[in-house]
This record gives sequence, structure tokens and C-alpha cells, in this order.
Amino acid sequence: MARIGKILRRTFLIGSAAIVGGVAFGAYFVNRPAPNPLIPGEGEAALNPFVLIDQNGITLFAPRAEMGQGVKTTWAALIAEELDVDLDQVTVLHGPAAAAYYNSALVGEGLPNKGYDITNFQHNLGEALGVLGKVLSLQVTGGSTSMKDGFERMRHAGASARETLKRAAATRLGVEPADLRTASGYVIAPNGDKIAYTDLAVDAAGLEPVEVPLRDPSEWRYLGQTQPRLDMVEKATGTAEFGVDVRLPGMKFASVRMNPKLGGAMNRFDDSAATSMPGVEKVVDLGTGVAVIANNTWLAIQAVEAIDVDWGDAPYPPETDAIFAKIAEAFDDAPNSTMRDDGDVGTLIEGATEITAEYQAPFLAHATLEPMNATALFTGNALELWCGNQAPTLIQFRVANTANLDTDAVQIHTTYLGGGFGRRGELDFGEIATKVAMAMPGTPVQTTWSREEDMRHDYFRPGAMARMRGAIQDGKAVLIDGKVAAQSCTQQAVQRYTGLPPAGPDKVLVEGFFNQPYAVPNYRMSGHIADLAVPVGFWRSVGNSHNGFFHETFMDEMAHAAGRDPLEFRLELMKTEHAPSAGCLEAVREMSGWTGKTPEGVGRGVAFTYSFGTPVAQVIEVVDEDGTIRVNKAWIACDMGLALDPENVKAQMFGGMMYGLSAACYGEITFAEGEVEQTNFPDYDAMRMHTAPHVEVRVLETNRHMGGAGEPGTPPSMPALGNALFDLTGERARSLPLINQFNLLV
Amino acid sequence: MATTLKINGTSHQVDLPDDVPLLWVLRDEVGLTGTKFGCGVAACGACTVHIDGEAVRSCQVTLSDVWGDVTTIEGVGTPDTMASIQQAWVDHQVAQCGYCQSGQIMQAAALLAENPTPTDIEIDEAMQGNLCRCGTYPRIRTAIHDAAAKLKEA
Repeated sequence: MARIGKILRRTFLIGSAAIVGGVAFGAYFVNRPAPNPLIPGEGEAALNPFVLIDQNGITLFAPRAEMGQGVKTTWAALIAEELDVDLDQVTVLHGPAAAAYYNSALVGEGLPNKGYDITNFQHNLGEALGVLGKVLSLQVTGGSTSMKDGFERMRHAGASARETLKRAAATRLGVEPADLRTASGYVIAPNGDKIAYTDLAVDAAGLEPVEVPLRDPSEWRYLGQTQPRLDMVEKATGTAEFGVDVRLPGMKFASVRMNPKLGGAMNRFDDSAATSMPGVEKVVDLGTGVAVIANNTWLAIQAVEAIDVDWGDAPYPPETDAIFAKIAEAFDDAPNSTMRDDGDVGTLIEGATEITAEYQAPFLAHATLEPMNATALFTGNALELWCGNQAPTLIQFRVANTANLDTDAVQIHTTYLGGGFGRRGELDFGEIATKVAMAMPGTPVQTTWSREEDMRHDYFRPGAMARMRGAIQDGKAVLIDGKVAAQSCTQQAVQRYTGLPPAGPDKVLVEGFFNQPYAVPNYRMSGHIADLAVPVGFWRSVGNSHNGFFHETFMDEMAHAAGRDPLEFRLELMKTEHAPSAGCLEAVREMSGWTGKTPEGVGRGVAFTYSFGTPVAQVIEVVDEDGTIRVNKAWIACDMGLALDPENVKAQMFGGMMYGLSAACYGEITFAEGEVEQTNFPDYDAMRMHTAPHVEVRVLETNRHMGGAGEPGTPPSMPALGNALFDLTGERARSLPLINQFNLLV
Repeated sequence: MATTLKINGTSHQVDLPDDVPLLWVLRDEVGLTGTKFGCGVAACGACTVHIDGEAVRSCQVTLSDVWGDVTTIEGVGTPDTMASIQQAWVDHQVAQCGYCQSGQIMQAAALLAENPTPTDIEIDEAMQGNLCRCGTYPRIRTAIHDAAAKLKEA
């Protein structure tokens, strides 16, 4: 164990490199085969630094997708904290797709522990396994991992750059580095003279980079404080560039129609109506779909709609009911995983009362407000691709393959993302844009999907079912035996990305199910994988998004069956198991003035989910207004361990809850004749200004490890609302969306 | 036949079919990409612009139907010369992904022009056609109230 600790302490190395007129700094793992980001690989021209200083200024690299979660600002703050620069004096760029920008935290999430119960040893092991993220070149923004990933490495990069610049100044001034201070991009001499970092860059490039210990958190100026977001002015003035805003000289505009029977063949098509439309340049046969290149997007959409296509059948049952029947069949097979199996659930305890319930959650679309799109320029021996994406190296690998080029010949430009939520970790939009651009070499072509195409060609949140059995005795839960059945989005995605066959237990399918911090003596949670070919993927909070609803609705049912207050019922089981989780429940109890009683016409529900290392408790209040039910208020408490930007964490918690409530109230993807029935926001609506609750968020910092922020707000929102509706109406919500059962305000 | 549009105070000659929606004229022809495409059916508000001061969904107004002067987010204010409503958006750190915010600001600006001191209920009514998938509504509401207060002072 000690040896692992030692290796981990020696894990980071800082490199520096001279550039024209300046210096670049990178941070990388020394003990793994990933390259020093500052030494260009064979055929590579680019450095992949985190800090770059030359006469033009200071540039920081935040190679994570900015999809609204504020990562650009907080990532830059990690570097700036140690580098001693002000955030308003630096340029922050996303940078290229590069192995050096791997995500070290993502793969560590795959360990089969519950998360909240991990020892420091396991935590370190998780970080060590995270190196796999680098080995696999997983430059991925997902799994609520960005801050866990960048927290150490970026501060080291900043500290090393600062000390190296100080050493350059010391040599120039003939003083000891220890006599120098740094502030706001300057080294400051004992007599008060200032030398700009930009002025020292060339000198620093000749020095071996200096490694120093990181500052104590008590010295932090940025971290732990809310920072003005670096993207805010751009986003308030329409000048932020999203993928769909990329404009290049001579650019053409395209739109696409893939088989709505997802995964089915294209038998034949007749494009005569489309080719005669004014402004149409070309119809592209994509094999399983068609695209039209035109001189504006609207014409391209009209023309592609005008193509008469004979589509082959989908490789899954054509109707929703038959799809769910197939999911239910998975319960009959041996479980894929049983990651929790405490005590003995086989025998019912003498004198205990047994309760059972079945739940169902629908397929869901991501519905990012910016529809899928990408812009590609193919020149025969090189490809450039511009798009908002969550996985630059994966998309680079995929489109290189599509264009039959080496990855070195493919440049990925990552723009802002008009929403991600997991959808932009997929590769299809880049691949399609590449195929379209290949039909017009030398001309940049932007391929934008219509909203209808986007809605109906998603990698959906899998439809899921749960069968729960529990027992209560003396007002306490003494047994929970749960089974969840759904398609495995992990296995499908691995196969999609790598071609490798699916294997092994899928932790994602049962996250939010097996790993909740309740001390129930007999507790077994199993996952069953449904064998279906509906395209499924990672939807904000992934398995937690359905399991949170199943687990926490059942906890509520058990509490009511036990005649207990549902908040106190949970708290009692949680207190001895995980104090930070219990602290979240206590916080929402206090914030909401929870008494367990509500006046006539008001209902309140509570729910809790531990996910992505962060416990989150929510209380939601609904009101009956002349027969219409409105979500009135919400209280959220989370324990981040360490909140690097508190207001941003609050925004993520509320945003995560809103994403969950949108799905809980209105979200449902259904199938008829093999095609998705929903087409646009009128039939796949979301929370709006008048339906959004007033909210109060409290951020706690008692947890031992830093948790994620982007996703954990989503899972508890759905059961908290369902439980509030039960409190209001006496009707239990066992399936979603709730609009099918309750008269919700729209 | 070329159509002349006045956009943000500048005249533009546009040679496109009459039925092309204003949204696509702005984005793909004139190059003003601040106005966003979200749904194409007036269900999300991302494409909101002003025609003679009135907030409209530009995906539903064809080129031949544009009845007056067009103002887009770029015409409201630039990063160096932000209008007070944009400044309120920055002060309250409204945006997350930011994709809907041009439309939100255009809708809010039209609301304030008509009703300089809107109540929460009036904000609900005016803004409910503008979808935000990130859930920034509470900060939008605060920014509108703040902009209203600042406009009153001015």
C-alpha cells in the first residue's frame, strides 16, 4: 500500500518547452506510456500544454467541453491559483484533441465499490486506475469528473510555471528566488520592481521546470470562491461560437435524414424532387440515410425532406409495449450483476411486513437546445472538423477512420456546446458531417440536423423497469431486494466506440441502486441486462436517472407502510452508514421547515441519491391550484467535500434538478412502427419559466473526497416530485412521466 | 428577386426565395449567428428577434413577410458596449450553456420596452415561450427585475 502511495505522489511531472518567443508548460504522468504533452509525437506539430506564455500574453488551456457547467472558468482558476495570474488577463482556450488531455478521473469511477464507503486506499487506487483514461486517450468530459481530474494536475502545472518564471527572474536580477514574490502575471523584486511573465518567458524556456509543493487551501484566492464566468459576456451578446455558428469561407450548408427505424437499412431512394429545388447543390447517399448540400440550412432541410426513401425495418420490436415486454423478459435471466448482497433476503423475517412494487421509466431524449451538427472540411489527405463535443480524441479517431486517414491528419476544433447532457459524447454527428463533406472535397460543409431528426435519432436514456420487495419491522426497513432491468448503455457504447464485444458486470446499470447509504441488514440489488437493439446512451446521471426514482420511491412506500415520516425513516437508516449523506437530509429538513405535515392543497416529498461521489437530498413542494398541480418550491442540499466555485455548484445542482423535473413531468420517448413518435418540443416539453419552482440550494463540505457537480442534482428530483404528488393526492407515481397520471401545469 | 432588409440599422440586399425564414437569412446569408436555431416551429424561442421593436420568432417569419426593421442580439449591444439588459445578464451570471440566451434577452428586452416594471406573473407570461434546457430561469427572472430597476434609475 505504501508503495502505491509513493508512486502516486511521484505521479505528476511537469515539462516545459521553448516555443517561438516564449515557453509552454505541461503536466503529465511519468510512470505511464502516455507522451509528454510538450514533445510532439511522430507527425504531430502541436504542443499540448496547459500554460503557454509568450510576448502576446498568457494562455491557459482548459481542454474540457464547456457545455454550461462552467468548466472553462474553474479549470482556468485551478491553474491561475498557483500561477498568480488574474483570470481577466489571460486567454483560455480549449485546445486540440490530444492524448495529453486525457481524463484521469473517469475510469476510476468504474471500480466496483459503492463510492461513499471507499477507503483512502481505494480512493488512491481509483486515481491510479484513472491513468487508464490516459492510456486509452480518453479526453472525455463526462461522469461529473472534470474537477476531480484537474484538481491536482492543473495546480501543479500552475505552480511549476510560477516557480520556473521566478528562477528566470532571480537569475536576471542576481537575487535568490526566495526573495521574489509573484502577483497578477508579474514577478516582483524585493525593491518593488516588476517583471512581466511575458518578458521572462524566453528565459524560462531554457530552465528545467521547478517542482514545488502546492499551496495550502488557506492561501487560496480563487478556489472556493465564486468567479465571474469567462464565457458570460460572449453568451450575453450572441458572440459565443457554438458548433452551429462556425462560418468558413465558401462554406455550404447541409441537412440529413437517417432511417427513423433506428439501425434499419435504406433500401432505395428517389431524389428527383430534391435535386430540382433551387439552391440544392448535391444529394449525398450515406448508406443508411441521405443528406442534401445546399446554399443555406433551411433549403437543405426542405430538400432532404423531399427525398422519397424506402426504409428497412428496425432491429427491435416496433411498438413501445413490445419493447418493454422484452425488457421485462430480462428479469427471467440470471442477473448481470449483484453488487450489493448483504444479509439474507431469501427468508422473510418473523413478524416483518412485506411490501412489493413495480416501477417503470421511459426512454428519454437528451434534447440539447442546439441540435446536433458539425462542420467538416475534407481535402483528400486531411480533415478538419468543428463541433461541440464531449470526446475530442474519440471523435478524432472515428472520423479519421471514416475518411480513411491517420488520426494525425485530422484536426478537431471544439466549440462551445449548446447543451451536452451526454449526447455530445457520441460520435455520429461528426461522422455524418465527415461523410457529407467528403462528397465535396475542398469545400467546408456544415451539416445541421433538424430538431425532428435530432429528437428521433438519439442514443436514448434506456427505458427501465424495477421489481422491488421490502420488509419493515418496528418502523424500520429490515430488507430490500431490488431488481432493475434495462439495456446496458455502457456495453452498447463500448461496442459502438471500439467494436469490442460486451462483457462483464455493468456498474452503470445499477448505480444509484446498489450503492445508497442505508444501513438495511438484508439488502440485495441486482441488475438485469435487456437484449434489445434500441440505440441507448449516457443521459445526464445515466443509471442513477432511473434508479434514483426506483429506489427512492420505494423508500417512500416503505416509510408510509411503516407509518413513519419519510425523511426521518431515511435519516435513521443513514446516520450510522454515512454521516455526510445524513447531513444533506438534515439540511433540507431544516431549510424547508419539514414537519412531515402539509396543509390542504400542498404536498411535499423528499428524496436522496448518492451519485458521482456527491450525496444530494431534495425536498419538493407541489400545490393544487383549482385542480391544476404546480411545482412550487424546492430545497436542495449537497455535500461536495470541496466546492471549488460555490455559486457554480449551486447552478449545477439546480440545473440538474430542472433537467430531472423536465423528464419526470413531461419526458417520454415512445415507438410506433419502429419509429420514435415524438418529434419536437411540443411533444417533448421541458420545465419553463412559469413551471419552474423557486429554489434554495445549500452546499456542504464535510465529505472526505471531492464529488462531482454536473449530474448528482438530477436523480433525486424525480422521486422527490413523485413523493410530493403522493403526499398531495394519495396516488402513488410508479411510472414516468407524471403528466400521464397527474394534472400538472403546462 | 433581391429583397432589402434593414438589420441592426444596416441595409442588406438578400437574394433568396420569398419563403426562406428570416432566421436562416440572418444566420446563413447575412452571417449574424447570434440568433439561434432550436426547433423551427416556434416552440423554444431561441430565434427571437425584434421587428419594429416587437419580439417575434424568426423561424416563423418568411423573408417576404418581414414588415419592418429587424434587430438581433448583435444590434442590442456588443461585448464592449453592452446594453443594460445584457449587463444585467452578466451581473447575475445567468447563462450556463448559453444557447438560449440570445432569445431570452431579446424576449426580455421587448417585455421591458412595453412594461418597464414587470411583476413575476408578467415575467412568467412573457418568458414562457423561451425554453432553457439548463434551467437558468431563476437567474433570468432576477436579471429582468434588476434591468428594470436600472432602466428606471436611468
